[in-house]
Amino acid sequence: MNFNDYVFYVLAAILLFAGLRVITSRNPVHAALHLVLAFFTAAGIWLLLEAEFLAIALVLVYVGAVMVLFLFVVMMLDINLDKLREGFWEALPIALPVGILMTLEMVMILGSKHFGVDRVAAPTPHPAGYSNTAELGRQLYTDYLLPFELASVVLLVAIVAAIALTLRDRKDSKFIDPAEQVKVKRADRIRMVSMPADVEIPAAAETEGKDKA
Amino acid sequence: MNAIQSDLYAALPEIIILCMAMFVLLLDLFLKSHNRSLIYIFTQLGLAAAAVVTACTHNVSVVSYAFNGMFVDDPLSDVLKLMMYLTTSVMLVYTRQYVSLRDMFRGEYFALTLFALLGMMIMVSGQHFLTLYMGLELLSLCLYALVAMDRDNPRATEAAMKYFVLGALSSGMLLYGMSMLYGVTGTLDVAEVANALLQGAPDRSVLVLGVVFLIAGLGFKLGAVPFQMWVPDVYHGAPTAVTLFIGSVTKLAAFAFMIRLLIQGLYVLAIDWQGMLAIMAVLSILIGNITAIAQTNLKRMLAYSTISHVGYLLYGFMSAGTNGYVSAMFYIMAYVLMTLGGFGIMLLLSRKGFEADNLEDLKGLNQRSPWYAFLMLIIMFSMAGVPPTLGFYAKFAVLQAALQAGFVGLVIFAVVMAAIGGFYYLRVVKLMYFDEPLDNTPIKAPIDMKVLLSLNALLLLALGMFPQRLMDICAYAITHSFQ
Amino acid sequence: MIAFMQNLLGPAWPVVWTLVKIIAIVAPIMGAVAYLTLAERKVIGFMQVRMGPNRVGYFGLLQPIADGLKLLMKEIIIPSAANKTLFLLGPVLAIAPALAAWAVVPFDVDMILADIDAGLLYILAMTSVAVYGVIIAGWASNSKYAFLGSLRSAAQIVSYEIAMGFALVGVLMCAGSLNLGKIVVAQAGGFWQWYWLPLFPLFIVYFISAVAETNRAPFDVAEGESEIVAGFHVEYSGMAFAVFFLAEYANMILVCMLAAIMFLGGWQPLLDVAPFNMIPGFLWLIIKVALLLFFFLWFRATFPRYRYDQIMRLGWKVFIPITLVWIIVVGGLMQTPLAYLFH
Repeated sequence: MNFNDYVFYVLAAILLFAGLRVITSRNPVHAALHLVLAFFTAAGIWLLLEAEFLAIALVLVYVGAVMVLFLFVVMMLDINLDKLREGFWEALPIALPVGILMTLEMVMILGSKHFGVDRVAAPTPHPAGYSNTAELGRQLYTDYLLPFELASVVLLVAIVAAIALTLRDRKDSKFIDPAEQVKVKRADRIRMVSMPADVEIPAAAETEGKDKA
Repeated sequence: MNAIQSDLYAALPEIIILCMAMFVLLLDLFLKSHNRSLIYIFTQLGLAAAAVVTACTHNVSVVSYAFNGMFVDDPLSDVLKLMMYLTTSVMLVYTRQYVSLRDMFRGEYFALTLFALLGMMIMVSGQHFLTLYMGLELLSLCLYALVAMDRDNPRATEAAMKYFVLGALSSGMLLYGMSMLYGVTGTLDVAEVANALLQGAPDRSVLVLGVVFLIAGLGFKLGAVPFQMWVPDVYHGAPTAVTLFIGSVTKLAAFAFMIRLLIQGLYVLAIDWQGMLAIMAVLSILIGNITAIAQTNLKRMLAYSTISHVGYLLYGFMSAGTNGYVSAMFYIMAYVLMTLGGFGIMLLLSRKGFEADNLEDLKGLNQRSPWYAFLMLIIMFSMAGVPPTLGFYAKFAVLQAALQAGFVGLVIFAVVMAAIGGFYYLRVVKLMYFDEPLDNTPIKAPIDMKVLLSLNALLLLALGMFPQRLMDICAYAITHSFQ
Repeated sequence: MIAFMQNLLGPAWPVVWTLVKIIAIVAPIMGAVAYLTLAERKVIGFMQVRMGPNRVGYFGLLQPIADGLKLLMKEIIIPSAANKTLFLLGPVLAIAPALAAWAVVPFDVDMILADIDAGLLYILAMTSVAVYGVIIAGWASNSKYAFLGSLRSAAQIVSYEIAMGFALVGVLMCAGSLNLGKIVVAQAGGFWQWYWLPLFPLFIVYFISAVAETNRAPFDVAEGESEIVAGFHVEYSGMAFAVFFLAEYANMILVCMLAAIMFLGGWQPLLDVAPFNMIPGFLWLIIKVALLLFFFLWFRATFPRYRYDQIMRLGWKVFIPITLVWIIVVGGLMQTPLAYLFH
């Protein structure tokens, strides 16, 4: 085993642990944080696979943005765990055998018999100057142009749908348009009133003023 | 013409629809609410433009590939796309009054409809697992949003939630199946997958497991038993306008999706998927027809009827031969026309604050309006498969194909179930003609809707008597697109 | 000397050498942070016609050390109902990415710890992870003020990250590389070759976003003293608080460093002629960073605090559209004879 292998096993162990904690931890915030850890570790494994762009994009997008919003929601919700866990034991007698059966089937077929190391040729390592990012970009904008553009349409639809489903015009909103605020001229706020300068001053005040002067 | 130009040329209808969808979104920003109908007009214009382009760029019997073989422009895709434009356009006519009475007449409704149409067009033309999947996701995402469009209706929200969760699950299954196929064949291109399989891919058990996941995913999307749980709830909960959309146009896309995946990609594995489809077909017909009898809600009844129709559609695929695909295509076209009509009547009877979605609401329709009762009669007869309507011929063609493929027992079963299914369709007829109406509100609808609805129902009758033309078109599309 | 050590340590040498380099980067950053706090107080004092700290050492030069010692001596109070592990993890998560991001910063030609190709992305990823420190600290404190502050801060950071990222997209379009060293090299040849000129709108957007991203005035509602006391770190004391403080200032220096590298030519001299190009490259970089940092302090001394909804509006409705439009403009112009403007 060389150094890379050790790193892989350490990362894989952390990943498995984090993944397990995601589904077993009682506190949803802990679960979400473990998911963050899982993403981060997965990014590490991808780095070992020379997929540095994907690894960093995973951290940037999932850890940096998606999970933050996710945590927001989880932190704000007051989730009653007992209610969520209701019916767990009743479903178990059916769920457990089905789950075990499915796992066994998957292991039988997806095990090393069909996807083992000997079945799949190891990719040749790339030369030092090879840029994963540039290569990916080239692929996306040439061979995979259509799915790439479609993905952008899907994202657009997601935005439109989210806004269409949630945006409500509030009647009691006290929003002030800053653009309008900036446009304010002096004349809108101050009214210049012309006061006659020669107002009659009461005699007493006049003498007082003179005294002070 | 260089490569990128010919690519864009092949995808011109898609580009038109995409541009129109975005234009509608932008237009909506700048329109006051009283001239919103401009959006509707532009949407229809976009559909018309796409239809003209599709028809004009159609090369008879030529299959051309674009975007590195990820996109195909063949007779099948052109025929299905034209049918989609037509159906969407008719749907918009039918639903215009309905949505404007329910505060849904917004830019998003039309934009999302167009985006969904775009997704379906991609599904029809996809020639690569990735493209097919992107098209499917585009469609699904739009549908989830459309179902929930009526935001203050808890039933719609619940339906959207169920649809979303199950839809995401089925997408996952589909992807999982695709990934296994990729693991064995090393490619995602439909044609290359077919090639790799022809040369005999080694890991048969992995392939079969992949096919299982694919079929499960497809079953979810089609709403075939045992993956049908979402269908009644979504049909019932969604606004009728959206139900019409889900029930009609999307089935055309699902048909194309199956053609591309199962027949163009995995034909070599037909032995494996035939059996799975047969089980799904039989169960769908059984459960769809039996459960539909117990329904009191028209939308739920039509949902279960859809499930049984999907079963008949699968009979066409199951026979795994050109005849079967042609008859399946014929069936799906007939089904779309019938669904349009059925939900059209329902939309016609609905008014502000009132949904005509219970069977009772049809009571005494003959006394309120003999003409619409007659139209509904044709539609119901066609759905039940009573000659000389289109539905009869469609069922006949599908079962004939299955018979040729040697599924004698299954065909007898299907015929018996069709007879049982006839019961609940005829009950609707009985309610319309022999019961007293519950309310006598006059039926009001725009003239274009009335005319189209009449044409729609009469077409069921006319095509039922002269089906050959439609059959020829289906045969042309299927035989000239592959093999 | 190096060869001797190499022999002595054998296979452990690369690890040791990397550690030495890391210390060589981190120690000056810590020093810079300490004296940035002093500079801040002095500059703001000057702008507000006050003296600023002047009791500890000449001109208050020992003030940061006194402050540090004070914080070291103080007890770290953990609120009784707080989640202890996460409470202590918060500051660590805040400072770790702030320091890790420095790994790919080029200080001069070949003066870089890890010369990776996707350096820019790496920095963006690291800075985006920093938000967890804030969120976890706010949540684990079990306090309304802290939680509210952390929500504000996190939403703000995530929002401005987008504008910041888009601004940097313009840079990498021009440089054609994500490698920070190559980006600097692409700006060689005097200040009119630097990217601030062709990408002026992006430069402005980047810099203002950087201020918002680091939660500095006038975008410091996350800790707005007047409403939510001190935001997400209100429950922290002693060294735990000091670590947040360190992270904030380290981040400030980092974003200024990035601005200098992306838009102001990094280690490139002002003009590529005699007296200027004799000054070593990293000195130029330090001068540029110092100048940008001065702007941070200047902002704090002059601008009133933004209202929260206005911050969000500025980010989403002003900056993101500006960057998007300018990226399209740059992309379009690169196809015309004017492409030489964007090398």
